[in-house]
Amino acid sequence: MEDVINVEGKQYVVFMIGKENYGVDIQKVTTIEKMMPFARVPKTPDYVKGVINLRGEIVPVIDIRTKFGMEITEETEETRIIILKINEISLGIIVDEVDEVLNLTEESIENVANFTNDLSMDYILGVGKVDGRIVTLLNLEKLADISENNERGE
Amino acid sequence: MDMSQYLEIFIDETKEHLQGLNQSLLQLEQNPQDISMLNEIFRVAHTLKGMAGTMGFSRMAKLTHDMENVLHALRSNEIKVTSGLVDILFKCLDALENYTENIVNTGNEGNNDYNNIIAQLNNAVNKKNVEPVSQKPSDVQQTQKVEEKGNDNNHATAQFKLNQYEQNVAFKAKEMGMNVFKITVVLNKGCVLKSARSFIIFQTLERHSEIIKSEPRVEDIEDEKFDYEFTVVCVTKEDIEVFIKDINSIAEIDEVLVTVLDSSDFQAGALQEANTTATPNPSSEQDSGSEDEASSDKKQDENNQGASAHKTKTGKTVRVDIDRLDVLMNLVSELIIIKTRLEGIDGGERTQAYSEAVEYLERITTNLHDAVMKVRMVPVEMVFNRFPRMIRDVARELKKEIVLNMSGEETELDRTVIDEIGDPLIHLLRNSADHGIESIEKRKEMGKSAAGQINLRAYQDGNNVVIEVDDDGQGINLEKVKKKAIERGLVKKDIANTLTQKDIIDFLFKPSFSTQEQITDLSGRGVGLDVVKTKIEQLGGVVEVETEAGKGSKFIIRLPLTLAIIQALLVIIGEEKYAIPLSSTKEIIKITPDQIMMIQKKEVIMIRNTVIPIVRLDQILDVPKDETKIPKQLTVVIVKKGERLSGFVVDSLIGQQEIVIKSLGKLLSGIKCIAGATILGDGNVAMILDVNSLAI
Repeated sequence: MEDVINVEGKQYVVFMIGKENYGVDIQKVTTIEKMMPFARVPKTPDYVKGVINLRGEIVPVIDIRTKFGMEITEETEETRIIILKINEISLGIIVDEVDEVLNLTEESIENVANFTNDLSMDYILGVGKVDGRIVTLLNLEKLADISENNERGE
Repeated sequence: MDMSQYLEIFIDETKEHLQGLNQSLLQLEQNPQDISMLNEIFRVAHTLKGMAGTMGFSRMAKLTHDMENVLHALRSNEIKVTSGLVDILFKCLDALENYTENIVNTGNEGNNDYNNIIAQLNNAVNKKNVEPVSQKPSDVQQTQKVEEKGNDNNHATAQFKLNQYEQNVAFKAKEMGMNVFKITVVLNKGCVLKSARSFIIFQTLERHSEIIKSEPRVEDIEDEKFDYEFTVVCVTKEDIEVFIKDINSIAEIDEVLVTVLDSSDFQAGALQEANTTATPNPSSEQDSGSEDEASSDKKQDENNQGASAHKTKTGKTVRVDIDRLDVLMNLVSELIIIKTRLEGIDGGERTQAYSEAVEYLERITTNLHDAVMKVRMVPVEMVFNRFPRMIRDVARELKKEIVLNMSGEETELDRTVIDEIGDPLIHLLRNSADHGIESIEKRKEMGKSAAGQINLRAYQDGNNVVIEVDDDGQGINLEKVKKKAIERGLVKKDIANTLTQKDIIDFLFKPSFSTQEQITDLSGRGVGLDVVKTKIEQLGGVVEVETEAGKGSKFIIRLPLTLAIIQALLVIIGEEKYAIPLSSTKEIIKITPDQIMMIQKKEVIMIRNTVIPIVRLDQILDVPKDETKIPKQLTVVIVKKGERLSGFVVDSLIGQQEIVIKSLGKLLSGIKCIAGATILGDGNVAMILDVNSLAI
């Protein structure tokens, strides 16, 4: 409850890819779904896994691992699709595991310039530090934007 | 020909355009450098001109024509956008709104020429100084009043006069020791039922007095044919205070002006003098004070009147926002998905009652779907029918003989498309009449019949509706187009000579491209074709042009039916399911691999002496596949794209099914070979193939 009352910071949905923690702004998260069958869409970049039927709505799904050039793993019981809505565009991202919701204050978020990471810097908004854990905050606008650009380039 | 049935369309479209014009003008004022706004305004003016011309509203057409001249000069940088100029344009907008209001109320545009606005427009083009801003709005007001006065003496509010009889009554009353008041009531701008409110005021007044004159007339007030104020003269025994108190107790009144009239007033014959001395110009004060509001209010007022006029004219129809139909359509789509799913439930578990219920559900959903579709579908006749008159007028104006032949008027299109297709077609027809058809003398010289033929044809072709406009005129002068393109710097001279016919024709669709030297009322400004192209592409269609020098040219518009629910053939490729719109499929055949032949390194098959190219869908769509298996037989779905046939190779067929077209969303928009997606009965998603881009 404390987190909710605290108006200082923002809430983030924290998820795992491999051993790393990532966070997305909870405001942008519509729902979190278990893995479901998706249909491949021809002529799209490889990280576009396909589209799913989300209660009658067709939603494209992006595989974060492929997108960021990480090692591909088998899906497990914990694999989730986080459905996001970014600037009126719905899209899902596949993650290994969804952990918790964290509250991060402005002070606890650090500029990314000091870090090197597997991800391209473009997709990182900042790095949050809570209780000795490090959470990489994703720049969702960029994620939606870039995939669109790649789309056009094809 | 009776145009009244199109009046409603005209009014609706005009109002929409005027609203757009208003917004564009506001934006232009904010940002005078904005060329795109200027283009937008120009297009609206051009469209309005065309529409007004079609309906025979010549004053409106004249005004928009002169507007266009100014805008054209602005666009070509001959003059600069100044606030004074924007003001003039706003005045034009007001004038156009007044015309529209007249049309709503009376069915014709009225007889105000707005010569002063036209003069200002012309001055602007001639780079003369534009009059200062502050004067403008009152100018409009004045001319209106002067004009009105010309028509009907009793109508002018500024010069409120009693006629002889009324003067006598007032004079007698005065003699008998009664008071004569002139009362001007200004209603609140938010007042909804003006006539009812006025009625209450009249009743209140009549309790104490006798009303001997009302301006506007009582009938007009009852019909709400007034702005927000009216003036009455009444004869009474009561004092002025009683009146003010009574009237002030009525709600929704902004202002009441009571003037006592003396015998001298009507003896002198002119009430107007008393006005100026007793209350210094009450009405004009009111006018100038709320000028800005007034114009917007007038607009609202006009809408109200428009609505009531509609009610009386067309009681049988209801105008429904297309968005609401879309919602309805989506709901029907959902219902169909569920129905398909129910049908698919395994037969073993079915009881008879269940089967019957499902069958009944199926009947209802099918009927519901048909009904909703029908609501949205409108025959193109609705648009076509206004063209013959237009062509006749155009022909007369150009001193040409033109015969317009129309066919396929019964072809139906989705309402959204119908609403948009009118303007592009007007442009194309005018183009054909103006540029295409030659003068009578020239036609005779060339051995053609004196009368030029323009054919307008509509027909359904698979999932498309095709509209063709062709003429037997001179065709497009490609050399001239090429020359013009070089002149305007669209292409370098050396490259120009290597261009194909299609490339050259494409120049015609560039903004502001015109080969016509002389700007006529009809076309030649070069706004036509780029508007056509933009519009059609917005609707998801394409425009093609065929032309032959001396023989004529043909514009072909291909529009999607934009049906949300279609019949489709479901096929399996590899492990994936795909849907092919049934309307594009011609037949399904099975062939053995050795029937495939190679022509110019392309795979083809021969069916009944027709060579049909083969499209390996699995390769084009990169379907993951087990390469080791070589099938003994291939299933080929023959699809048609226009006249041409192609054979799509698939692995197997599932069957025919009603599917709901869903968009892939913004993120995945613009994928070439996929037209959309659909949700199958089992909840899985299948891609819908875009036959037009896949077929060879």
